[in-house]
Amino acid sequence: MSGQIKNILLVGVGGQGILLASEILSEAAMLAGFDVKKSEIHGMSQRGGSVVSHVRYGTEVFSPIVPEGEGDILFGFELMETCRSLPLLKPSGTVVANDLQISPPSVLMGQELYPEGLVERIKAQFTDFLLVDGQKIAADSGNVKAANTVLLGAVSKRLSIAEEFWMKALEKMVPAKALEVNKRAFRMGREF
Amino acid sequence: MKEILSGNEAIARGAYEAGCLVACAYPGTPSTEILENTIKYKEIDSSWAPNEKVALEVAIGASFGGGRALCTMKHVGVNVAADPLFTLSYTGVRGGLVLVAADDPEMHSSQNEQDSRNYARFAKVPMLEPSDSRECKEFTRLGFELSEQYDSPVMLRSSTRISHGKSLVELGQRVTDLPLPKLEKNPSKLVMLPGNARVRHPLVEQNLINLSKAAASLPFNRLELRDTSIGIITAGICYQYVREVLPNASTLKLGMVYPLPHDLIREFAAKVDTLYVIEELDPFIEDQVKAMGIPVIGKEIISLCGELTPGRLRTAFGLPQTAAAPAEKMPGRPPNMCPGCPHRGVFYALKQLRAYVTGDIGCYTLGFMPPLSAMDTCVCMGASIGMATGVTKVVAAEEKKKVVAVIGDSTFLHTGINGLMDMVYNNSPATVIILDNSITAMTGRQDNPASGFTLMDNPTHAVNIPLLCKAVGVKHIRIVNPLDLEETKRVIAEEMEHPEPSVIITNKPCVLIKREDVFQKGPVYAVDEERCTGCRACLKIGCPAIEWRAAGDGSRRGKASIDPLLCTGCDVCRQLCKFDVIGSKP
Repeated sequence: MSGQIKNILLVGVGGQGILLASEILSEAAMLAGFDVKKSEIHGMSQRGGSVVSHVRYGTEVFSPIVPEGEGDILFGFELMETCRSLPLLKPSGTVVANDLQISPPSVLMGQELYPEGLVERIKAQFTDFLLVDGQKIAADSGNVKAANTVLLGAVSKRLSIAEEFWMKALEKMVPAKALEVNKRAFRMGREF
Repeated sequence: MKEILSGNEAIARGAYEAGCLVACAYPGTPSTEILENTIKYKEIDSSWAPNEKVALEVAIGASFGGGRALCTMKHVGVNVAADPLFTLSYTGVRGGLVLVAADDPEMHSSQNEQDSRNYARFAKVPMLEPSDSRECKEFTRLGFELSEQYDSPVMLRSSTRISHGKSLVELGQRVTDLPLPKLEKNPSKLVMLPGNARVRHPLVEQNLINLSKAAASLPFNRLELRDTSIGIITAGICYQYVREVLPNASTLKLGMVYPLPHDLIREFAAKVDTLYVIEELDPFIEDQVKAMGIPVIGKEIISLCGELTPGRLRTAFGLPQTAAAPAEKMPGRPPNMCPGCPHRGVFYALKQLRAYVTGDIGCYTLGFMPPLSAMDTCVCMGASIGMATGVTKVVAAEEKKKVVAVIGDSTFLHTGINGLMDMVYNNSPATVIILDNSITAMTGRQDNPASGFTLMDNPTHAVNIPLLCKAVGVKHIRIVNPLDLEETKRVIAEEMEHPEPSVIITNKPCVLIKREDVFQKGPVYAVDEERCTGCRACLKIGCPAIEWRAAGDGSRRGKASIDPLLCTGCDVCRQLCKFDVIGSKP
């Protein structure tokens, strides 16, 4: 059953725009004719806590959360959060991670160090690993704030959803004045 | 037309399609977004009430007036609304009334994980439980019809995974042929004096028997026969996990979890070899099935605590787990007060004063977290003040002074005001700090009776909290700027000394309020890194905008730095710096 379902996890820190990215992804999957379910915990997310959003699509989806160890793609907006969620991914899964570190409170206060060598740790376990400098590409596309869209573009290449549906989803979800920049950012991520 | 809707959006849509006229609630995760979506439908009068009890009473009034009414709350909100609920089942309704209780198994954002299904049985109210957004919409819509047909309120139980999960929903039209609300007297039904209530109670019991018998023909329960060696009775989100993990098992999917369809359960039990009940939290269905004399496996394999997941269900049935990457040990990332949050200075002062802080429910509960670590109790909405009074009744005279209750504006108006009346009435020496940030912040910035705006964003009267405290009889009322650390600490210390009730009210708004005239970001601050001595004093408030940069030589030395994108210019860190190296950027 789960063989036909695509399981995507979007993880990061509250305030990074993870929910919007997962909305765009779900919308694109629906437009492409799939059944879609999505689940996440908000509530505390606005206060800088960890955020995990699950998106599943296919012919018929039951559970809205990705069964543990069956994630196809882990889409990480922040390195530590990406590593934290690796156990949700299947061994042959794909990691697309933003090359960004956001210090948690214990690190900000100097009680702990931000863990080192995270990129190497991911590389050692997952051969299909793409590290994207979302911030830099977004800046090149003309808007630093479009980093999420860059990452979404990079993820989109691994999914069986045609570009037209992504564009339609962006048109629906992104405010008109930011649309062109976001479309450009998406295409740059897709070409990465 | 199909749309991807969250369970909460779908419940709002269901209410709209059912011709609902009134929606009333007090915000609470995971239920809050229902009312934030009913406001999209101008046909529905949507409003925040000061608490869940009032919210339900408003909905009851709307129903008695002849309109369909929706009332929503989180699971613990039902405790507050329980008083009207338990008698509402006796009066029944005029316009259909649907009460949504959103449970939070796993306590993602709650202080307990009580199972609301027990309320359905306890209050003698039918309960529906949807398993996805499509059913959220359909069951809400049908819930109003059921409510009128059976002359009873109908509860709809959601959970975090249902309310905040999204799935596809086919949208329908709003019904238009409902009778127009108008006053209609019916005191023998609506005035619950003993004489009337004694007549109503047997009707309630008969109603539930009738509904249980009719359940097989209602569109809520569904018998799905597949491989009959395993039969599973399940409901809500658990149904989805069962289908995911045990796709070949036969299922009796219950959409109405109270009253149970006894005939359907017997029919299903007779058709399968081994019968299971898969449900989160309490053995609510299981106990009733066992009481019918049917052997069933349930809590032997499914935990009473926390939420179910596909992996946990797999373990329960002894199925192999998928091999996955080992968990990496990472520093935690707990939620934190925002940069510039006006609560921070108050907790810093309370910690310095070594106060015993009875806490309450809101963003400020995060004052419990290090480095502030200045909250000693937290039980439920509004409890801080009563608890403070209680503590002072038993401890020695010197310790009484240490007792300080902290409570937010919204929580104070929810149920804290009653505690304050008691405090004055019975002369408690404790101190109360009302952290007035002009909004219900934790659930995502909802307006409340003191914020000056309604849910529909119309300007309205704002409760004058100091005057309210004065009317209650508090003699010592002080207003402080919580961003001024010295003043805050001094005022709290003075009020703690008084042997009678005092109230301190902080006057800075939440930094997340979007209205331009409320919160304004000040000039961004910076650390003069040349002169920073690395004393770490500024780290004691735990502001996410301040980062410790280690010297990198293995020593404990380093310097503080301020993230200009996060800093709001609240000035609190500057007051902590003894070396005067923090200041606003020119």
